[in-house]
Amino acid sequence: MKYIKENIFSNPEMLPTRDGFGKALVELGEINEKIIVLTTDVAGSVRANWFAEKFPQRFFDLGVAEQNMISVAAGISLENKIPFATTFGAFITGRVWDQIRVLVTYSKTNVKLVATHTGVTVGEDGATHQILEDIALMRVLPNMTVVVPSDFNETKKAIFAAANFKGPIYIRLGRQKAPLITTDDAPFEIGKSQKLRDGNDVTIIACGVLVYEAMLAAEKLDKLGISSRILNMHTIKPLDVDSISEAAKTTGAIVTAEEHQIAGGLGSAIAESVIKQNPVPIEMIGIKDVFGMSGTSDELLTYYGLRADNIVDSVKKVLKRKK
Amino acid sequence: MSKIEKKQINNLIRISKQLRIDVVNIVHSAKSGHVGGSLGLADIFTVLYFHVLKHNSNDPNWENRDRFVVSNGHIAPIYYSALAHSGYFPISELSSLRKLRSRLQGHPSTLDLPGIDISTGSLGQGLGVACGMALIAQKDKKNHLVYCSIGDGESQEGSIWEAAMFAGHHKLSNLIAFTDRNCIQIDGDTEKINKLEPLSKKWEAFNWNVLSANGNDIEEILDTFEKAKKENSKPTMIIFNTKLGFPVSFMDGVSKWHGTAPNDDEAKETMIEIKKYYSKLKL
Repeated sequence: MKYIKENIFSNPEMLPTRDGFGKALVELGEINEKIIVLTTDVAGSVRANWFAEKFPQRFFDLGVAEQNMISVAAGISLENKIPFATTFGAFITGRVWDQIRVLVTYSKTNVKLVATHTGVTVGEDGATHQILEDIALMRVLPNMTVVVPSDFNETKKAIFAAANFKGPIYIRLGRQKAPLITTDDAPFEIGKSQKLRDGNDVTIIACGVLVYEAMLAAEKLDKLGISSRILNMHTIKPLDVDSISEAAKTTGAIVTAEEHQIAGGLGSAIAESVIKQNPVPIEMIGIKDVFGMSGTSDELLTYYGLRADNIVDSVKKVLKRKK
Repeated sequence: MSKIEKKQINNLIRISKQLRIDVVNIVHSAKSGHVGGSLGLADIFTVLYFHVLKHNSNDPNWENRDRFVVSNGHIAPIYYSALAHSGYFPISELSSLRKLRSRLQGHPSTLDLPGIDISTGSLGQGLGVACGMALIAQKDKKNHLVYCSIGDGESQEGSIWEAAMFAGHHKLSNLIAFTDRNCIQIDGDTEKINKLEPLSKKWEAFNWNVLSANGNDIEEILDTFEKAKKENSKPTMIIFNTKLGFPVSFMDGVSKWHGTAPNDDEAKETMIEIKKYYSKLKL
């Protein structure tokens, strides 16, 4: 398959998306003087420390003061710099949503918001730290762009794209190691989904960690004689409505998969689009209106039904509804 | 005594009168808006826009301009009046305040109106923005200054103190903030609702240079900004003691006038008091 790494099923390379962010920042720092990095007492955890070591003059740790980080980032962006504000997902969305709303999106400032530690795969830290509502909170804001990369390589490209993109953007990353799916030369464009695999019976649309589970599900579905298309919907806003509409038309059924509340997330965004264009049955994989809990990443993905097997079950369900 | 000539001071006083008249007219015409704080701040905004700030209305984004963040965005009527009289947009547009499709939103909108660096209105956010601007100016060794206006009620927001701590830590001596200390917030007396005092000591404890002055005395305002500019190791907070609705006697200390528009009779009475006050000054 084009742009997909070899051996992703037998022996995938494992790297956290936050590492891709840290690496991209260092590379960006070398070529772009305007890059400024801000964080709130979690420099090591978000991998901003790598940038800090190389460019101490362009790195600011604001201490445990997330609201102020967003305000300061807005001020910095007004001085023709490109601030990347980064901290854990729970604290860079819900906690500072009003600052983002007024100073970043309403004011349309060039602030880059990068969340690490999102979803249940945060693991042992438990529910307070497992933000499952951030996609909803960010995508509802006018002028906001929302990107959820699926792996390390895609994260690097997303960070570069964000730096070159004018305006507010939210990038959602994870803490845990995740399989490397995409190749170095796989194209990445904000707002343009990737067809990772073609198929006729159903389309699985996923983002983030769930893209890999979707790939695993497709293999299983092949064995059942079900041909599935996979769209890596790394940009949730603006949504790639053309690809979704085409998929709905061609395959006639959709399953969405995300590590986020079903309400307001990727699945909701797709449903909003499909209902207007080519209405087809949709099943959604995601968190079912509950908070997270402690456990390992793997345990939690299984507990909350975010695995390939769950996607296979949803495909069977949606195919029964298909006309 | 100020080194500024009496003639200049009288000129500023005349401008402050015009700004006050505009504030009353536009809030009255909009039938809503924040008249009390706007009148109370008229002298400070006059001094800033017509003497202190380096700015150019023909080039609102001039790189070397002084920055001014109005964190207490609800005092938009005086902000807009000062901007219009400085040439950022036609004075005639002031009468569109709060009306459908107006650029003069109830609270300042940066995408709509020139001269406004950032949208404000949700309290407690602007000081941090000013900190970001001052931080970059300090890092890049720029000479311009960053000013920031905050309300006293607004200082109950935790985010103000996050920004205060940051500015003190980074020794942002190019940042001059001021508090509109009229002791009144929407629900009443700040000291009865959620005590701010000792306010000066709070700012000192956050490693700021703290000054205080009568915010309704143009000469004193001028002197205080001059003093603030001389500080070179800390951010400065000026506590400007003002009167809500100054110089209108029936607004003084009455929280209703924080955010209520005067009706026809009250607007008339307000104008009479403003004119009486200025005629006594014998310019």
